[in-house]
Amino acid sequence: MKYIDEFRDGATAQKIADRIAAEVQPGKRYSFMEFCGGHTHAISRYGISGMVSEQVNMVHGPGCPVCVLPIGRIDLAIRLALESGVIVCTYGDTMRVPASDGLSLIKAKARGGDIRMVYSATDALTIAQQNPEREVVFFAIGFETTTPPTALAILEAQRMELQNFSVLCSHVLTPSAITHILESPEVRQYGTVPLDGFIGPAHVSIVIGSRPYEGFARDYRKPVVIAGFEPLDVMQAILMLVRQVNSGRHEVENEFTRAVTRDGNLQAQAMVSKVFELRTSFEWRGLGEVPYSALKIRPAYATFDAERRFDLTYKPVPDNKACECGAILRGVKKPTDCKIFGTVCTPENPVGSCMVSNEGACAAHYAYGRFKDIAVVVQPATAAN
Amino acid sequence: MTRKNYVRPLDIKHGRVDMGHGAGGRAAAQLIEELFVSALDNPYLRQGDDGASFPIPAGGRMVMATDGHVVSPLFFPGGDLGALSVHGTINDVAMMGATPLYLAANFILEEGFALADLKRIVDSMAKASREAGVPVITGDTKVVERGKGDGVFIGTTGVGVVPLGVDISGRNARAGDVILLSGTIGDHGVAVLSQRESLEFETTIESDSAALHTLVATMLAAAPGGVRVLRDPTRGGLATTLNEITAQSGVGMQLEEASIPVRAQVDAACELLGLDPLYVANEGKLIAICSPDSAPAVLAAMQQHPLGAQAAIIGTVTEDEHHFVQMNTRFGGRRVVDWLSGEQLPRIC
Repeated sequence: MKYIDEFRDGATAQKIADRIAAEVQPGKRYSFMEFCGGHTHAISRYGISGMVSEQVNMVHGPGCPVCVLPIGRIDLAIRLALESGVIVCTYGDTMRVPASDGLSLIKAKARGGDIRMVYSATDALTIAQQNPEREVVFFAIGFETTTPPTALAILEAQRMELQNFSVLCSHVLTPSAITHILESPEVRQYGTVPLDGFIGPAHVSIVIGSRPYEGFARDYRKPVVIAGFEPLDVMQAILMLVRQVNSGRHEVENEFTRAVTRDGNLQAQAMVSKVFELRTSFEWRGLGEVPYSALKIRPAYATFDAERRFDLTYKPVPDNKACECGAILRGVKKPTDCKIFGTVCTPENPVGSCMVSNEGACAAHYAYGRFKDIAVVVQPATAAN
Repeated sequence: MTRKNYVRPLDIKHGRVDMGHGAGGRAAAQLIEELFVSALDNPYLRQGDDGASFPIPAGGRMVMATDGHVVSPLFFPGGDLGALSVHGTINDVAMMGATPLYLAANFILEEGFALADLKRIVDSMAKASREAGVPVITGDTKVVERGKGDGVFIGTTGVGVVPLGVDISGRNARAGDVILLSGTIGDHGVAVLSQRESLEFETTIESDSAALHTLVATMLAAAPGGVRVLRDPTRGGLATTLNEITAQSGVGMQLEEASIPVRAQVDAACELLGLDPLYVANEGKLIAICSPDSAPAVLAAMQQHPLGAQAAIIGTVTEDEHHFVQMNTRFGGRRVVDWLSGEQLPRIC
């Protein structure tokens, strides 16, 4: 397929893998965190970690927007659907995230909640237009990638003077989460999570540009390579990070030059800043309260803010005690370090958020990589009739 | 260490049916095993195939298979609910190695459904049945109140006879066997998705909906006794169907991604939606597992038939106590091809 196959070419992949193997320094370990769930997904789906040098260790970071959504926020959406009779619209991945009382949005739907999966914020607007007698709430989640469409939906709703549309805004910001990880005691004080560099998120950077990462690359002396989600992008980014580490550099490099610029999409940024402002603090699943890490709707658009419209009060809910999602999201533990991984916690019955979306570290490892934990005979046995 | 494919039992006391139970993946398999098979248990049901093969007093064996057909939208490029309800059940009978003979159909209609649309569906059903040479010989119609159905649901049941010497079942795969696929995957699922409300996109992809019994007859004739397993990868797609077979036969599988035929347009649509073609539904494709010595003849026979022109060998059956389906990716890596979990949902970014 044009524009896709070029980035999935096995022969080129092998060349990059050979290059990485040639350039890693003897006896040295390289730990890189891929921040974005898209990268986690690509690494697992294409078996990348088995192709690059064993000296390179990929650490899955908190970059899946579904994974970092705290239980309390999903509870708010469920309550709107079940108790206030609201039509709740949200993206597909969000439907299965475990919430309180054994519920999730998909289970609340089976209990009678009018919960609809949409493919875009605009679809939620259409549903509001088609149901003027009902309140319609768009449960908006995601990083900087999905924020501009939400802003656009609010501006459109204002233009159309829609009276029954509002947004439960749970948009979060990437750079503050990376900073938070680098400030965490495990990384800063104890050094239990050796992080030598980051693969930065491509889609997010199309919107915000590569500039927002420059500050912390400099302050924390950690190289960042912004990379696309095709497997060759990821492998190239690993090679670029190895080279930066070897030469003692800590710069922001852009592997995804086909779409990312230093300044990003200024028009989208202007629209986002017109509609949203910073929250002073926001709870992330697995990371806890992270200062200035999320957005809320500006007072000028209060009528479209579901939190004000329905007088919602956020109540934090602790994760299941056995669940290690928090440590996994911070890169402190691997999915297989969790006692309930693959036994109590499976994609059918996710206990923690990392097992929900296939971009989550646990779900990706369960779905694509768990053969590595168990010795499996893969050679065909003698033919038998 | 053997792990069950799903661990927590169904929560009968508090649980509710959700959409994942109908998506043809592991949740659906769990519901069938722990609720239906557990309650209605008998040796035929326990075979776990798409149909049941049973002896008849006069000698020989028959197959009976039943299937409920629900699809939204009712009309899609290359097909509609009517043709689908005929093809789906004929295929379930054919996948047991049987020659389909007769169909029964029941209709659950929603109050208010347009008769013109119903006529289109029934006419299409009649055409499919005539073309396949498998008549609908009995039926039933019920109407439910407006809001209690989705326009029209069709349940069809098919019976057929198993030729002497034929023994096809999902339990028959053995290590060393060869896995064949009759053509491109994902066409039906993408054709239906392209028409779905709020997701419409332009594509020339048409559903592959087709009755596969003549293809099966050709394959069985080409290598008597060589075909061990037949299965049509419908909901849950190729991946889930292969996982069902590994669980039934107690084996593993090793696939080669580069050998699995996928149309470029299907690949592109899946890319756009964040879906994996391995999990997208098909209605006119089959998987065959054959003994290694019979595979070349079966493949050649498939490629001679119009419904198997793009048939390919896609992998091998392995010994594996964990029943993993594994795949060498086109990219050069290796991964597990797992069961579908719940519904395949588009990723958010």
